[in-house]
Amino acid sequence: MMELVCPAGTPAALRAAVDAGAHTVYCGFADETNARNFPGLNFSREELAEGVAYARARGARVLVAINTFPRAGGQALWHRAVADAHQAGAHAVILADPGLIAHAAEAHPDLRLHLSVQAAAANPDAINLYAEAFGIRRVVLPRVLTVEEITAINREIDIETEVFVFGGLCVMAEGRCSLSSWATGLSPNMNGVCSPASHVAYEEVAGNNEARLGGYLIHRTPKGAPVPYPTLCKGCFTAPATRTGPAQTGHIFEDPVSLDATELIPKLQKAGVTALKIEGRQRSRAYVAQVVRAFRAAVEAAEQGAPMPAGLLAKLTEGQAATTGAYAKTWR
Amino acid sequence: MDLTIGPIAFFWTAETVSDFYRRMATTPARRVVIGEWVCSKRLPFWQQEIPGAIETLLAAGKEVALSTLALITLKRERRQTEELFGAGLPVEIADLGALKHLPEGAAFQVGPTVNVYNEGTLEWLARKGATRICLPPELPLASVEVLARAGAAAGVAIEVWGHGRAPLAISGRCYHARLHDRAKDSCLFVCGEDPDGREVQTLDGHDFLTVNGVQTMGHAHTTVAGQIAELVQAGVVSLRLSPQAGDFAGVVDVYHHLTEGMPAPGALAQLRARMPGARFADGFLAGAPGLRGAG
Amino acid sequence: MTLPRPLPRLFSRLPLPPLAAPALGLALTRLLRRIATRQPAILSRLGPYQAARFLIDVQDGPVLLLMEPEARRITALPRRAPPPHDAAIRGRMAAFLAMLHGTEDGDALFFSGELEISGDTSAVLALRNALDDAELDLTGELAALARPPFDRWLRRASHLAAQRSGYALSREEPLA
Repeated sequence: MMELVCPAGTPAALRAAVDAGAHTVYCGFADETNARNFPGLNFSREELAEGVAYARARGARVLVAINTFPRAGGQALWHRAVADAHQAGAHAVILADPGLIAHAAEAHPDLRLHLSVQAAAANPDAINLYAEAFGIRRVVLPRVLTVEEITAINREIDIETEVFVFGGLCVMAEGRCSLSSWATGLSPNMNGVCSPASHVAYEEVAGNNEARLGGYLIHRTPKGAPVPYPTLCKGCFTAPATRTGPAQTGHIFEDPVSLDATELIPKLQKAGVTALKIEGRQRSRAYVAQVVRAFRAAVEAAEQGAPMPAGLLAKLTEGQAATTGAYAKTWR
Repeated sequence: MDLTIGPIAFFWTAETVSDFYRRMATTPARRVVIGEWVCSKRLPFWQQEIPGAIETLLAAGKEVALSTLALITLKRERRQTEELFGAGLPVEIADLGALKHLPEGAAFQVGPTVNVYNEGTLEWLARKGATRICLPPELPLASVEVLARAGAAAGVAIEVWGHGRAPLAISGRCYHARLHDRAKDSCLFVCGEDPDGREVQTLDGHDFLTVNGVQTMGHAHTTVAGQIAELVQAGVVSLRLSPQAGDFAGVVDVYHHLTEGMPAPGALAQLRARMPGARFADGFLAGAPGLRGAG
Repeated sequence: MTLPRPLPRLFSRLPLPPLAAPALGLALTRLLRRIATRQPAILSRLGPYQAARFLIDVQDGPVLLLMEPEARRITALPRRAPPPHDAAIRGRMAAFLAMLHGTEDGDALFFSGELEISGDTSAVLALRNALDDAELDLTGELAALARPPFDRWLRRASHLAAQRSGYALSREEPLA
């Protein structure tokens, strides 16, 4: 059966995911060592140890994401995170920075290493480079690839692949985006935050709900209509008219959609993908439980060659369109 | 401190490219990085100009390096990357995966779209043979200082993003084509219509970003004109200047004067004169939002 | 997402009997203190936002609530006098209860407009995440404050009320 890798932003969500049928749960420490460094989220060392014990007792595994890029002069914090995850009994750590991976491979030779999506290893050359240099065992593929490309990659590499099937969608190559620091000074790579809440302001202006990031107006919707979170790449912008085209106002990069690749699970399985990943460490335990239950049913169906259960997650994507993202070539 | 002219980010005609490098040969820049950096679909339109440009630049005494693409996904792109390493010139990698094709023991350079955020990564790259690294534009001065020291210790020359629209993101999707309701595979090369990229404003009318095919850049031009002394002090040995339409040779001249000691306010005034209507930003180095206005 | 109907309008327009607001504030403060003692992780998750003042505006309820986690205090105030605050959350009782009991996703409640936030967005996120981790059960907490046999009665009444109204009154009864 394909392995289901599920998010946990809190110990309660970890337990919910395990109870709902997650094979594996990923989480992070409550600091800038992980890419979901959000207020009120993530794990202390004690919470991680308890989480690992809870998962193990139920046959599930815990991965620890240490997937930001260590600060020059401050690498010790990241090195300690790897050591503590190892000590807590994490099944593997998910890393993005070559320097940190080199350190982990050397200091913890028996620790299983996964390559984070933040490393943006988008072709067999990059993946093989990491595998050969550091003994990486699994790569989380960037969300810029089609199913055909994933199939081709799997033919050329010897390590496991994990792909995102549900949740938020980065439209840029992950780990290679500075849009957030351009507007706010804080970035996913350095601070583990994208379009951070500390720079978000919602305001009602003249009958409209406005969402700003760093003072810049990113969304304006009539009162009562949904107000998307002002994530930059899903924001509304204007491209003024040029010689060759009229002005355009809208979601120039991506509509506020979320990824749902349920229907592609059989194809991904055929493409040789080992594990399916669900995004959403910032979501509630209720959400995690529902999504995990639905995807557990889907991977079991795929295992038996049965059709994918349809409309399983309609409720969770309600109000938001779902897309199969880059997996279908037309997305580009 | 010397000057490095980065690869052209935009889709220019072959003629524009060849004119551009003829001009660059006459500037005081020390080295030039040349190659298709953003979209492999553009390359056939101008690659025939590359040998001539290299010849002109070498004849003028410039160091020349070849750039890889910033995001390598297709088989064709991987093959082209492999061929670059056989061309007999130093290669600047813009995607870490390019290193897989590095001939045993060969030296290489690292461009600003490779994530070099700390000493650990710098030292690993140095062990692989890196001799020169242009740091990512979003790094604050505190990081640059640490990395310049680590670079000096490891024999790696450290360069920073000195001037130009900073590369902020790269995607599998082409936003230029999307603005014209086209997919990447049927883009009809619309990005060629905007020699400095297509400008994007916020809903409240602030100039914000620039779309350049699959790449997203800042709208304001990042400049370190006001931070030269700190960079020299930190041990940064080169400034990267990113090509743009207009009087770019004039822009190179301004930075040359800056490295020779011209005060920042005068330099900014000269930049404004050479780039009418442009806005300048210097937030990244200061640890502030990158788009923070300069001067 | 389908939340149950709002409370009758009459409820929010009802003139409050004398001392009702202070009494409600005291009761809620007692509840908050009990939760803070039993679940200190809520406060550690709030981190720097313990000091934030949260204005809770249950729009189909009769009063405004000001929650101050650091002071372990909830104050009930008349609608006409909104107090100074750092962050505000507005919405119907059903949405608050759904968030509190984890029957609906906080992100979904915010971005569908069921809950509106203003002021310090980080503080609201921290609060939401801290509450979600705490796996609170209001009925259970209230029942624990009551003496037998009223606790058993309270649980039964809550169960019945939840069934009738569709409101998430305890952790065990997620909305279908």
